[in-house]
Amino acid sequence: MNSDKITKIVLLSASLIILLVSGGMVFSLVKGAIPTFHAFGLNFIISNQWDPSQGKEAYGALPFIAGTIMTSVTALLICLPLSFSTSLFLGEYFKDKKIARVIRLMVDLLAGIPSIVYGLWGFYVLRPLLIDLGLPNQGFGVFTASLILAIMIIPYATSLSNEIITMVPNDLKEAAYSLGATRYEVIFNVIIPSARSGIIAGYILAFGRALGETMAVTMLIGNANVIPTGFFDTGNTMASVIANQFGEADGLKLSSLIAIALLLFLITGIINAIGKLIIKKMA
Amino acid sequence: MKENIEKIKDPIISTRNLSIAYDKGNYAVKQVSVDIKKNSVTAIMGPSGCGKSTFLRAINRMHELYENIETEGEVFLNGKDISKMQVIKLRRMAGMVFQRPNPFPTMSIYDNVIAGYKLNGIHIKKKEKDEIVERSLLDVSLWDEVKDSLFKKGTFLSGGQQQRLCIARALAFNPKVILLDEPTSAIDPVATSKIEDLLVKLKKNYTILMVTHNMSQAARISDYSLFMYLGELVEYGKTKNMFTNPKDRRTEEYLTGKFG
Repeated sequence: MNSDKITKIVLLSASLIILLVSGGMVFSLVKGAIPTFHAFGLNFIISNQWDPSQGKEAYGALPFIAGTIMTSVTALLICLPLSFSTSLFLGEYFKDKKIARVIRLMVDLLAGIPSIVYGLWGFYVLRPLLIDLGLPNQGFGVFTASLILAIMIIPYATSLSNEIITMVPNDLKEAAYSLGATRYEVIFNVIIPSARSGIIAGYILAFGRALGETMAVTMLIGNANVIPTGFFDTGNTMASVIANQFGEADGLKLSSLIAIALLLFLITGIINAIGKLIIKKMA
Repeated sequence: MKENIEKIKDPIISTRNLSIAYDKGNYAVKQVSVDIKKNSVTAIMGPSGCGKSTFLRAINRMHELYENIETEGEVFLNGKDISKMQVIKLRRMAGMVFQRPNPFPTMSIYDNVIAGYKLNGIHIKKKEKDEIVERSLLDVSLWDEVKDSLFKKGTFLSGGQQQRLCIARALAFNPKVILLDEPTSAIDPVATSKIEDLLVKLKKNYTILMVTHNMSQAARISDYSLFMYLGELVEYGKTKNMFTNPKDRRTEEYLTGKFG
């Protein structure tokens, strides 16, 4: 066999393995979720019951879907102004300054911290602080989880939009300056519109990460299997309920957790698809 | 002034001892004093790295965008010291066209022409906008080609059309001077000759100052030529005279292709 053929076979089998793994994952999720959908039908998605008591078992995913959306959207809203300003600061205003290099380093550092460390910090530092500020439920809840989530996704959103902002061709900026535009006008009328789809992509990526983030959220959200009635209420996200309960689950309950995993998989898939569609349209 | 430097009456642009350094003490332009004639095409020639673009960019104070660049000496536009003018007003009086066509990719052809007004947040009536767009595009002979697709993105045009759109964008403010930095170096020969014709036509209403590394282009369309070498202004005079009878040895060597 010549080396060309060998390369081809190696590359092909590696790609096939990836296909096999992801296909297998979908297959086992679907297979595991069948008993749940058999028992509750699509009602599983819109039911807010989560009752494991023997004999009257009833499971619904709505509390966790609600918790996931509430924490992720809140986290995104908290993250947006901070990361957007930071990326402009790094990518344009202080582009070549020492301080920008230092901050960029810190942002990258934040991105590398494991989720459990954020969770621990949130549990022992952030939560007591919030209790002092008068937060109910021992400081557990949607708001606390969102806050930690926001801190976790800031580096992602920041470094991506910073990169895109830095990539806006100097040509375009100079063209705008040569027409008498001020720096503010260049940023808001040239740089941001040119970088728009990339910036949006950054936030979608960050949102996707927030949706699936597990450990830190599990430690802070309070783990109540009900729809949160307010931002300071406790709840559970799709990821955190799985992390919390998979150890002692069997039968229909295990199937329901797998069904939630399948839904999470679908939701993140859809979010990513929407993001790509937006980017495609804007490009 | 040196004898190789032509004296011009009532110049539109004058520089006096203009020096520009990218790093402290490292001069890219050295003590250039020159007068540019109104309603003419003046070509700035020289081998790469001679400071011709740096010189051009001093005239609309583009160097101020970069902190490490230092400018000394004086530049006068229409008799006024540009360092004492508001930079926005200066840049509207001296439009700039760049090496590579750079229409704003997010704007339509129409919006690109009036980009200066849009960027500065100047509100003008729709009718006035329409007039500016039509006049500017007519000026660059682009109107007939794009009048039915004014609201398409400017980036759909060919390279030559894009460059003419960029010239139209610079003309929209009715500037006194148009500064062009090798405007045809990224464009095919046919489109280049269109732009050359255009520049000759435009000198009726504007003063054209153009950096070019293409000697035959300078010979074809410029009235005056400015030869720079290693940051110095070596020779400046009527293009005809300079090409037939260069006064400085370095000019002659450059024009005969001994270096460059």
